[in-house]
Amino acid sequence: MGIIETIKSALSALSSNKLRSILTMLGVIIGVFAVVLLVSLGKGVQNYITDQFNALGSNLLFIAPGKAKFGQDPAKSFTLNKLDKKHVDLINNYASEHILYVAPSIRLGNTVEYKNKKYYATIVGTNEFGDRIFDTKLNTGRFFSKVEVRAKKKVAVIGPLVKKGLFANVTGVGSSIKINGERYEVIGIFKEKSQDFDDQVIIPYTSLKDTLKLDKLSSIVVKVKSNGELDLATKQINLALLRDLKSDEFSILSQKDILSSIQNILGILTLALGAIAGISLLVGGIGIMNIMLVSAIERTREIGLRKAVGATSFNIAVQFIAESTILSVTGGGIGLVFGWLASLAARAFLRTEVTLWAIILSFTFSVAVGVIFGTYPAIQASKKDPIEALRYE
Amino acid sequence: MFPLLKIVEVSKVYDTGVLTITALDNISLEIKKGDFVSIVGKSGSGKSTLMHIIGLLDTPTHGKMYLGGDDVTKLPEKKLARLRNKEIGFVFQSFNLLQRASVTENVLLPLRYSNVPKSEWVGKVDEILSVVGLTDRKFNKSNELSGGQKQRVAIARALINDPSIILADEPTGNLDTKTGAEILNLFTQLNNSGKTVVIITHDSEIANHAKRKIEIRDGRIVNGDN
Repeated sequence: MGIIETIKSALSALSSNKLRSILTMLGVIIGVFAVVLLVSLGKGVQNYITDQFNALGSNLLFIAPGKAKFGQDPAKSFTLNKLDKKHVDLINNYASEHILYVAPSIRLGNTVEYKNKKYYATIVGTNEFGDRIFDTKLNTGRFFSKVEVRAKKKVAVIGPLVKKGLFANVTGVGSSIKINGERYEVIGIFKEKSQDFDDQVIIPYTSLKDTLKLDKLSSIVVKVKSNGELDLATKQINLALLRDLKSDEFSILSQKDILSSIQNILGILTLALGAIAGISLLVGGIGIMNIMLVSAIERTREIGLRKAVGATSFNIAVQFIAESTILSVTGGGIGLVFGWLASLAARAFLRTEVTLWAIILSFTFSVAVGVIFGTYPAIQASKKDPIEALRYE
Repeated sequence: MFPLLKIVEVSKVYDTGVLTITALDNISLEIKKGDFVSIVGKSGSGKSTLMHIIGLLDTPTHGKMYLGGDDVTKLPEKKLARLRNKEIGFVFQSFNLLQRASVTENVLLPLRYSNVPKSEWVGKVDEILSVVGLTDRKFNKSNELSGGQKQRVAIARALINDPSIILADEPTGNLDTKTGAEILNLFTQLNNSGKTVVIITHDSEIANHAKRKIEIRDGRIVNGDN
């Protein structure tokens, strides 16, 4: 029998028991669906984080308290935090050669109020370079100045989400908002940038220290002149900070370092998700084997008859493998389409991506599942003695 | 000229390890082209074993078998399948049709395992269906047919590759007397048109329809030996 005839014959055998064929395929459908969807979601999270990092701007270095080390209690970095205004000055004084701006940063979540409205925003305390360092642009108003930072002025520049949450249709500039009970005058509103920026309320770090009774910085952000100077700048900053701090009391991270380590973790996570979904594909394969074994027994007489009219054992085996492969390939195809559609639907929240490797891997795996799990039942079927098979009731 | 089928001193012994059963005991037999032979015997007489050997579904323990002058006693599985496809047309008591497939599908099943080009299939099926009188049923599913019609489909399937021998195992066993007689008449007709027909039965009345009757008992031919 030729390939086309074999496929036709397998299709007619499968369509003679449609419900069973569909139920058998379901295992593979769900398996491939899960692999494609989960991998695309994982990819979506990776894209989200990359986008957020790119939105920060380029050539940034972050000085964080403590040493970024695996296995260390992260809380330790905060309790032993020694970063302070004087370290910003140290960088300015001893490492300014390759640097454009240096800005201290204190970040925390807090409620801001306007009249009876409340909004939970990210409060960021920084200096007069806070806008330029992250390339954020103003929609209306202005950013605060060096003088206002020194004078601990209660002024705030807010993101568009905060504006929307508090002021709705009012312009907002000139109004007073309350942070922790203290009044701040809104002097500027940012243009839209990305989720993380748009819900920020940026105020002078000196005022924030007073308002929230904080004395340490969350980090120091440095904008380097060019990409090529990142390494030199890192070395100089390191030397400057060692004048006051021990080497394990701070770490200097470049954007690239942070991004690549997050990407690594997410990549492994995506792979793990795919592998877990792959297990359901395996279960689907076992389902196919199960049904094909039942089918081989049910069709004993048919096998006997086919052998009597001239089929060889090989012909019978090929027929059964064709049936199981068609089940798994069709199931794989349907799962792929559904997985792709679901990943499109998820685009409402995440920039998901159906990667080629996820398609190829899950489809190849589902074909392999059909062939491998179809082989044992096919051999069982082909081994039947025609005389015994014809007698089978 | 060689007889179409020649069996020489064939024995079939089943050895279960505990028990040795001699199903066929030194049987010799010739069937010529155009013969209409019935092999009759009671249950357990060895007639089914003989049918399986003639039908190339089984091989003898001792002795030789020739088909069209060629020794077919010990052939590999693939060659046996090939010969069954070309030379033997089986008709079974319980029809053995593919339940959900159409009449046409059932009839052309042997063609799927043959070298007959696909372009000739439809013509052959139409021709054979007209011989068995089922032209108007060719698109029906086989489970929509009566018993007699089912057996006609089975006969059409047996004829499709123009085999040397039609081998029918209790072909009327599942049919009422009238329908059974019609099927037997169809075999007579086929024989008159030159086909070699072998019917295996336990019923000597049915066996009498054949031109030649071979009676078998305890694995030996007791009557009709040639």
